[in-house]
Amino acid sequence: MGFASTLLVIVLLLNFFMLGASRVRAVINGSAMQGVVLGLLAVSVHAHLDLEIVLIALVAGLVKGLLIPRMLMKAMRGGAIRREVEPLVGFMPSLLLCAVTTGGALVFSSTLPLAPQHAGSLLVPTSLATVLAGFLLLITRRKAITQVVGYLVLENGIYVMGLMLLEAMPFLVEVGVLLDLFVAIFVMGIIINHINREFSSLDTSRLTALREE
Amino acid sequence: MIEVLHTLSRLAMVSFLLRLLLHLAIAVSFPPLLLGIIGKVKAFFGGRVGPPVLQPYRDLLRLFRKGFVFSRTTTWVFRAGPVVGLITVALAMVLMPLGSHRAPLAFGGDVLVFAGLLGLGRFFTVAAALDTGSSFEGMGAAREATFSALAEPGLFLGLMVLVRHATGASLDLMLSTEGTARAWEATPGALVMVAVSFFALLLVENSRIPVDDPATHLELTMIHEVMVLDHSGPAFGLIQYGAALKLFVFASLVVNVAFPVTTGNPEADWVLFLGAVVALAMGVGVLESTMARLRLLHVPRLLVASSILSVFGIILGS
Amino acid sequence: MIAGVLGVVLCVVVLVVSGLVALGLTRKPQVAGAVAASGVVLGALLGLWPTVRVLAGGASSEASASWSLPGGTLAVGLDPLTAFFLLPMLVLGAVAAVYGREYLLLFADTRRLGFPFFGFNLLIASMVMVVLARNAVLFLVAWETMAIAAALLVSFEHDRPEALRAGWVYLVVAHLGAMCLFVLFLLFKASAGSFDFAAFAQTPPVGSAAVAVAVLALVGFGSKAGFVPLHVWLPEAHAAAPSHVSAILSGVLLKVGFYGLLRVFQLLGTRADWWGPALVALGISSALVAIVVALYQRDFKRALAYSSIENVGVIAVGLGVSFWAGSRGHPRVSALALAGALMHVWNHAVMKGGMFLVAGSVLHGTGTRDLEQLGGLSRRMPVTAVAMTVGVLALSALPPLNGFVSEWLLYLSLLRLGADGAGPLPLLLVGMLALVAALAALAFVRLYGVVLLGQPRSDVARHAHESSRWMTVPMLVLAGLCVAMAVFPGFVLAALDGVRAQVGGPALFPADQLSLGRLGAFNLALWAVVLLGGRLFLGLVVRRPVTEDDTWGCGYPEPTARMQYGARSFSELASEQVLPAMLGPRVTRVKPVGLFPGAARFSADDRDPLTRRWYEPAFARVAGWLASLAWVQRGVLTAYLTYVFAAVLAALLWVSLRSGGAP
Repeated sequence: MGFASTLLVIVLLLNFFMLGASRVRAVINGSAMQGVVLGLLAVSVHAHLDLEIVLIALVAGLVKGLLIPRMLMKAMRGGAIRREVEPLVGFMPSLLLCAVTTGGALVFSSTLPLAPQHAGSLLVPTSLATVLAGFLLLITRRKAITQVVGYLVLENGIYVMGLMLLEAMPFLVEVGVLLDLFVAIFVMGIIINHINREFSSLDTSRLTALREE
Repeated sequence: MIEVLHTLSRLAMVSFLLRLLLHLAIAVSFPPLLLGIIGKVKAFFGGRVGPPVLQPYRDLLRLFRKGFVFSRTTTWVFRAGPVVGLITVALAMVLMPLGSHRAPLAFGGDVLVFAGLLGLGRFFTVAAALDTGSSFEGMGAAREATFSALAEPGLFLGLMVLVRHATGASLDLMLSTEGTARAWEATPGALVMVAVSFFALLLVENSRIPVDDPATHLELTMIHEVMVLDHSGPAFGLIQYGAALKLFVFASLVVNVAFPVTTGNPEADWVLFLGAVVALAMGVGVLESTMARLRLLHVPRLLVASSILSVFGIILGS
Repeated sequence: MIAGVLGVVLCVVVLVVSGLVALGLTRKPQVAGAVAASGVVLGALLGLWPTVRVLAGGASSEASASWSLPGGTLAVGLDPLTAFFLLPMLVLGAVAAVYGREYLLLFADTRRLGFPFFGFNLLIASMVMVVLARNAVLFLVAWETMAIAAALLVSFEHDRPEALRAGWVYLVVAHLGAMCLFVLFLLFKASAGSFDFAAFAQTPPVGSAAVAVAVLALVGFGSKAGFVPLHVWLPEAHAAAPSHVSAILSGVLLKVGFYGLLRVFQLLGTRADWWGPALVALGISSALVAIVVALYQRDFKRALAYSSIENVGVIAVGLGVSFWAGSRGHPRVSALALAGALMHVWNHAVMKGGMFLVAGSVLHGTGTRDLEQLGGLSRRMPVTAVAMTVGVLALSALPPLNGFVSEWLLYLSLLRLGADGAGPLPLLLVGMLALVAALAALAFVRLYGVVLLGQPRSDVARHAHESSRWMTVPMLVLAGLCVAMAVFPGFVLAALDGVRAQVGGPALFPADQLSLGRLGAFNLALWAVVLLGGRLFLGLVVRRPVTEDDTWGCGYPEPTARMQYGARSFSELASEQVLPAMLGPRVTRVKPVGLFPGAARFSADDRDPLTRRWYEPAFARVAGWLASLAWVQRGVLTAYLTYVFAAVLAALLWVSLRSGGAP
């Protein structure tokens, strides 16, 4: 389990990296790294390997680590987006917030009534912390493209939680992986393109125009 | 021995058939007389001599010899109206016992068929009126359909009182002389309510004063008569004859409830029954002569009142 | 032919596959329609064989396969109760599919038809699956599919705001109902430990949980069946949907609500005393309110939809009387009422299905559902007129048609109750039911007269055209079924025996069976006498001189078609003078005043009175309260995400505080 714990810590660190990075490209790379790590995690968490788990790991790693980041990069180039992140909340405050939420996640998960085999593991706190970090990214960043990354990070957190359940309910995890694919198509294709076309910019603050008067 | 039984049963058969024929003959031929009697009574109260009592028969004969006039607007529905109207009343008549004489046709639940038949006849009469496209006939159709919808609960509630002491759910058993006599002994108050309520129904269903005035000449105030304005010749004859039959059916209903008397002798019972029906017709004539028509908008109150009477009947009777 | 439940599963597969193929062929509507409709017909044929075998007394069958969804197993079963509801689905489904192909092709130039074809097949398939399912998860999946397919079909004409609104209202009500069902099945699960119906029946909930289950079933399934006041979705949806879909909605989908009720009651095992009176109260109030409102409708299909609520009410009254009488020791009454209720389920499917097809044909021939624009159609649409005559008489519960037979059983049960001396209250029910039936006759003679008779009230009605055979034959098939079921009620009764036993009702007494047979014979005789009488009369007409002339105008020389009694004027006496104003239309009129009067106006608002008087003011008030919260709606995406973030944090905090220091 040592290897798995190391991977989980890397996931946590990547959360901080993404919140602290000032370049959009770095944020995307961070999410790609996280995706690859999660793929490895699926294999390492479980003592015995079977085909199903390997497949899930492969698909997750490919989609999260390669496919979606590539598409994001492409969208960045196509959308002529400035490279700066343009945060609504500064880098230092967001890092601080992330530290608070990660600490909170560790405290929360120690109070949760977990099954004995998960009690000491970092899986649950990492999952919660990643979900919350994803939220922070979503809230504190203005650009649509960084928001997509935020959503991906949030999803990564849920995926970590799903790994815990992989043996009990493989179906749910499969559905989760499929959902990733769906997000890739949906978020990328529809949201980014639409914002770009309708508002000729990738700034979500323009969506205020849709507000009901 | 078997020979004798055979002869006996054949004799019984023949006498049954003869009685059935007499029953049907009376049911077919007697009704128009009631219209004549009502007319005579009204003429008497009006200080006139009036047409002879047999005048309705002559009118019918005259109508059946005539040709037809059809509106260009009308379709087969208009032609079906009088036919279905007469057939349904005739079949309702077949289900109705006349005094102590059993109904020619009876089965469990035929009392609901009785109501259904009247509904079917009304449906086609109303549809035929709408088929002419005349605003006056449409008006009459709306009135007739609305008022008879309100009359329906009264009929059913009254039947619920009668079924309490009957030996079965057929009209024949519910209105049998023994059944109603038993009911009169058990719950006389309820039976009075039902009899009054059925009498009100008779007035409504047959478009008599105070609900409707069959003799009025003003289309705007009519209900039933305005619906049949466009019918002519034999079709109108069918309608007139159907109206007479319907009056007779409802008169039998009221007489069966109000006057359950039998002498044990079939011929004497016929006299007794027809006498009661004639007396009822005279009563209707007197009522029509002495009472003014209700305002159209007060008719619903009369209908609701008749239903409420039956409700009291149910409460008293159970 | 595959017997047993697998045959019906195959039917579902055929329905879905043919629907998907049709969806793929969106660009070729002709082919897509043919594929979809023949898929339904083929599927119905496949499903009919096992269904009929079970109804004829064959053995029930079950099958199950594992499913990776948590708690779900693919458990299906075919027993008499399922078969009873399956039969009208398959028959009406096949007839409506044939009709619907032609009906939808009229829209081929303006709309894409792939989805409507697919959606119809999916709707039928999901309904079949609902009655087959023997596992709560599978049931709910099928139930939701059914709701969504129906909602999308309702919004078929999605560029019309009322169609969108109808679909929306339907979805909202369907999900409120589904919410009740979720809780209901969770309660079952709590006592049984599994989501399988078989386990539910082993250890059903008892005590207050059983009461909760029954109440949730009445609300959840009752909203599908359309009990007042949960009926608001029904008239909108039936009016907006394509007519063959309306036929399915009214003929079968509403009955699925009854399937759910009966299934849950069966799973609960012991019958509570209050079910009967509750069903009677719900049923009679639904029937009375709905038939009064039906009388005022200006839209052909909305009037039919309200009449569906009325018929649903009548079925509920029958079930309620049967339960009540059964628990009070009146087996004969209970048997009659149950037979009436069950038979009415089938009868209503056939007659109302047929009437919606008629409405579709009229809509097709004239382009309008507005009764004030119609009139005089029986000349231009003779076949539709014949089908409508049969449908209208059946729906008015008049002999010699099938609607009368089932209501006859119901009334007879109440008469028997009266004969047994059961106290005044149940007897008064007869009066109310009689009022319902009489008002139904009033509503339908109005519809009949205004649509078919008199003179056309508009140009579209003047130039109406009859539908093609693909549409008229399905209508005639259903009309023929109406006649057949009225003439052979004994046959229908025999087919209901299995359900009757499964629902736990007593068998019809031999004397009553005999009477029912006599009623069938009487109906046959009535048909014969009426047809013969009509023939004789026509013979007389031919032999006498006949003059054709204008209708007698009571001395008025220049009558016009607009002077006829119309839909509104026909029901005016009832709405203004006789029936409660609470249910009536809201009338606004400007009367002409003075010597040189200005323009006079009159309008009547016939929207649902409960929507208008209760729901809309209530929702408006809620919206008023919520207006003070408008600042929450920022229009800034990150603000919304912050709300979500805060909610997640709060939930985590709550969980951790609740388990506070437990480990």
